[in-house]
Amino acid sequence: MVARPDGSIPEIALDNVGKRFRDGAVALEDISLSVERGEFVSLLGPSGCGKSTLLKIVSGLSAASQGNVRVNGITPENAREMMSFIFQDATLLPWRTVEQNVGLGLELDHAARELRRERVAAMLDLVSLSHVARRYPRQLSGGMKMRVSIARALVSRPRILLLDEPFAALDEMSRDRLNEELLRLRAEHDWTVLFVTHSVAEAVFLSTRVVILAAHPGRIAHDIPINLPWPRTAETRESAAFEEAVTRTSRLLRGVQHA
Amino acid sequence: MKSNSWLALNSIAVFAALLLLWDRIAAWAHLPAYILPRPLAVAAAMHDRFPSLLNSLVITTEEAAGGLLASILVGVVVAMIFAQWRGLRQLVYPYTILLQTVPIVAIAPLIINWVGAGIFAVMVVTFIICLAPVIANTTQGLIGVDQNLIQLFVMHRASPAQILFKLRFPHALPSFFTGVRIAAGISVIGGLTGELFAGSTRVGEGGLGYAITYASNQMETAYLFALVIAATVLGFTFFFVVMFFEWLALHNWHESAREAGAE
Repeated sequence: MVARPDGSIPEIALDNVGKRFRDGAVALEDISLSVERGEFVSLLGPSGCGKSTLLKIVSGLSAASQGNVRVNGITPENAREMMSFIFQDATLLPWRTVEQNVGLGLELDHAARELRRERVAAMLDLVSLSHVARRYPRQLSGGMKMRVSIARALVSRPRILLLDEPFAALDEMSRDRLNEELLRLRAEHDWTVLFVTHSVAEAVFLSTRVVILAAHPGRIAHDIPINLPWPRTAETRESAAFEEAVTRTSRLLRGVQHA
Repeated sequence: MKSNSWLALNSIAVFAALLLLWDRIAAWAHLPAYILPRPLAVAAAMHDRFPSLLNSLVITTEEAAGGLLASILVGVVVAMIFAQWRGLRQLVYPYTILLQTVPIVAIAPLIINWVGAGIFAVMVVTFIICLAPVIANTTQGLIGVDQNLIQLFVMHRASPAQILFKLRFPHALPSFFTGVRIAAGISVIGGLTGELFAGSTRVGEGGLGYAITYASNQMETAYLFALVIAATVLGFTFFFVVMFFEWLALHNWHESAREAGAE
């Protein structure tokens, strides 16, 4: 990792990263990607393009077979403290109440009970879940479970959020609402976000940049800046500029799929 | 609520009808009491020999409970070791299946040879037949954790101990209880079978299994019936005690326990 002339380093830096599975299949090839602090980057692409694998590599949950990965200048394993991973399923612990689930990270980190209670309560308030704090996951709807999962990721105050198709299983209305909520929360914090999704509209709505991957092997095909104005709200989706950005991105994605 | 009491009423009616049927068959067929005693004779035997019946029941309860508790303790520790060391599990786990297929009547004499006849020998027999279901089910529960949940803990830099105690243990609770429920059912059988071989500590005294052999030899069929009923009730009691603990541990969050117990 070489710092730039002004001494700054990218928040996430992938340099010629490749991933080959044990059976010889090549999941990712020659991925070079640099994400700056505060960027919201969506990874879009056909199934099998390795976008989830890429996310796992950045998190350090999966090791790259070749190339170099740096998060804030250090290895992903060492940078875990500043990252939170949000899975496709809510992955809540069914034997814990909502507040116990949200407090999991702080508990594993041996945070003091008082601090834990305070931060969990504040977080539940922030995502409007205070009224279900004592409920168990099985008593919640899919959208609510996902919000608990997000609250759990945010309560340890990460700098970097990694989201792996977090809203894929939800209906469109819940998904739109959670997208808006995510942006609202992001406006108050200074996160760097890497977001894997299947939905073009979702990627365009959320991102400062959309990276389109091609499959077999997974590689970067397009890297498109999304220049829609901020803040983005429900009205953004009705604007002509949004329509235009979605159309353009869809066309590029189709080109990749048919290649 | 109304349907519940209706059901209870019906159950009692069915029970009474069965008793009546039993009584009529014995009377009409002129069966001698040593072949099929009438219900009242069984009740009388229960009443007249209550102290020795109770004594046998207590002995068998101790044996079955002792063996069961030991199998739970040892089974959980073994399952924990299996969950932590995959290589060891793959090497040794198949032998726990062997435990399940060993005919207990065949090795009971061997155990008596080793530890001597008596309550302890019966406990060992019970322990051996209860162990396999506890190990198998608990191990499955401990290792069957969703990979995403493990990765979640890894992302939070959880220690192996935290993953074991805060993730694998609670996740394994439902299947642990499945194993214990099976073990509780067969623990009474283990006690009875063990007693057939290990017999009594004093002449004329022993658990239900011993008393059943004794009553059978003496042609005391009414008392034999009373003993069979006592053994059945004991099995049921064990089962329901485990069900109760299962409900206590799981009713808040686990679907199966909720359906079985809460309403």
